[in-house]
Amino acid sequence: MKEITVTVNGVEHTLEVDPRLLLVHLIRENLSLTGTHIGCDTSNCGACTILLDGKSIKSCTVFAVQVNGKNIATVEGLAADGLHPLQEGFKETHGLHCGFCTPGMLMRAVELLEKNPNPTEEEIRWGISGNLCRCTGYNNIVRAIQYAAAKMRGDELPVTDPEFV
Amino acid sequence: MIPSEFEYCRAGSVEEALDLLAQKGPDAKILAGGHSLLPAMKLRLNSPGAVIDISGIGELSYIKEEGSHLVIGACTTHGDIAKSTLLSEKIPMIVEAAAEIGDVQVRNKGTIGGSLAHADPAADWPASLLAGEAEIVLASSSGERTVAAVDFFQGLFTTDLGENELITEIRLPIPDAYTKSTYVKFEQPASRFAIVGCAASITRSNGSCDKVRVAFTGVSSTPFRDQAVEQALEGQAPSDDNIEAAAEKAAMSVEVMGDHFASQEYRKHLAKVYARRALQAVLS
Ligand SMILES: Cc1cc2nc3c(=O)[nH]c(=O)nc-3n(C[C@H](O)[C@H](O)[C@H](O)COP(=O)(O)OP(=O)(O)OC[C@H]3O[C@@H](n4cnc5c(N)ncnc54)[C@H](O)[C@@H]3O)c2cc1C
Repeated sequence: MKEITVTVNGVEHTLEVDPRLLLVHLIRENLSLTGTHIGCDTSNCGACTILLDGKSIKSCTVFAVQVNGKNIATVEGLAADGLHPLQEGFKETHGLHCGFCTPGMLMRAVELLEKNPNPTEEEIRWGISGNLCRCTGYNNIVRAIQYAAAKMRGDELPVTDPEFV
Repeated sequence: MIPSEFEYCRAGSVEEALDLLAQKGPDAKILAGGHSLLPAMKLRLNSPGAVIDISGIGELSYIKEEGSHLVIGACTTHGDIAKSTLLSEKIPMIVEAAAEIGDVQVRNKGTIGGSLAHADPAADWPASLLAGEAEIVLASSSGERTVAAVDFFQGLFTTDLGENELITEIRLPIPDAYTKSTYVKFEQPASRFAIVGCAASITRSNGSCDKVRVAFTGVSSTPFRDQAVEQALEGQAPSDDNIEAAAEKAAMSVEVMGDHFASQEYRKHLAKVYARRALQAVLS
């Protein structure tokens, strides 16, 4: 066992971990933050996406012991101060159906908008290409991110009339 | 999926990593981005007794100009390379290759050194490093050596890397102002690994192609420079006919792979198509 100290959503935790424990299991089981989902467990689907020192990564493909001294943000930390603009966007534009991919989509979109506050539709689509959604057909997810981008820039909000496809 | 047990060692410096490699012996595995090693460990295709984590070694993550070369630290992520303005100005095919690897999350973790050591036949890096005549610096506790990329890749998941060696740096000669380069690929739609990836770097003078470097990944079990294509175009004018004729020679001298994504025949066809597209893009 190895001792690690990690800051998750602003709270510092010191834990004993087996080196083979995956980061996603540390988050879900040791810290009971079950918003981060396990989808494919092969780093293809993106459901387990979290931010590690501000960068989106797939937490099924990192060992927990590797995050010693680092900062992690999960979906639970987004709504610290009311709904995050991205969460509001997903709600307003029907950016989710079953919701399984949503936490990963949200965390990926957080980094995307931080690096690129005014992305084109194509940039959004490429930006979330490591996150699979089997329900929405992506259109409303793209709109949700456009909604959040506009809100975060302080621009007029796009009309939130979703296309049900 | 949970890997089998292992001892975790974190290296804080190259020196420490080399000491650990020497100490732990052949049962130890280096861990960089983990995006090839972890999947293999989860499937228990690889069950090292010790894992030496080099991902925290800051001195292995850099992109800089050093005399006549651009040098990239082994632990530099694909994502950082994709964003490098220095590389995009001087050797665009390197940035283009980086930007096409997997997705943002994969590029945020995966490293160039890890990809080279792993030597997946469908990896993107080898084509542009071969066409760019890169050298790979390998260090061990007994010293350092430099290997040309063309000698480094030896086969399916097989390289010249010794058991006690660490890749520390990738060195690329800076081409002159008359050289242009590109990387194009036909990708596996789910993982985005290369079914066929082609890099081309061409130096022109007086209306002809002086120096032509064309290399493929994904086509054969070992990435390779395609000298038949290169020689067909060297000394020639960059006309459509000459490009077409050179591209027709693609993948003639290698055993082409076939699998459920692309048969041998189709891959060979794609190699010609992507050679033509790469040459056209560079010469347009
Ligand atoms: C979903 C997904 C999609 C992907 N898509 C692509 C793609 O489109 N194109 C592509 O090219 N790749 C792709 N990859 C692979 C990715 O590029 C990996 O990052 C890369 O192959 C390995 O780099 P790493 O830093 O993650 O290495 P690790 O997984 O940490 O290590 C891989 C191997 O290299 C050894 N090693 C690592 N660093 C060194 C070093 N400095 N010296 C000596 N040995 C070392 C390790 O011991 C191990 O054997 C994908 C991976 C995933 C999970």
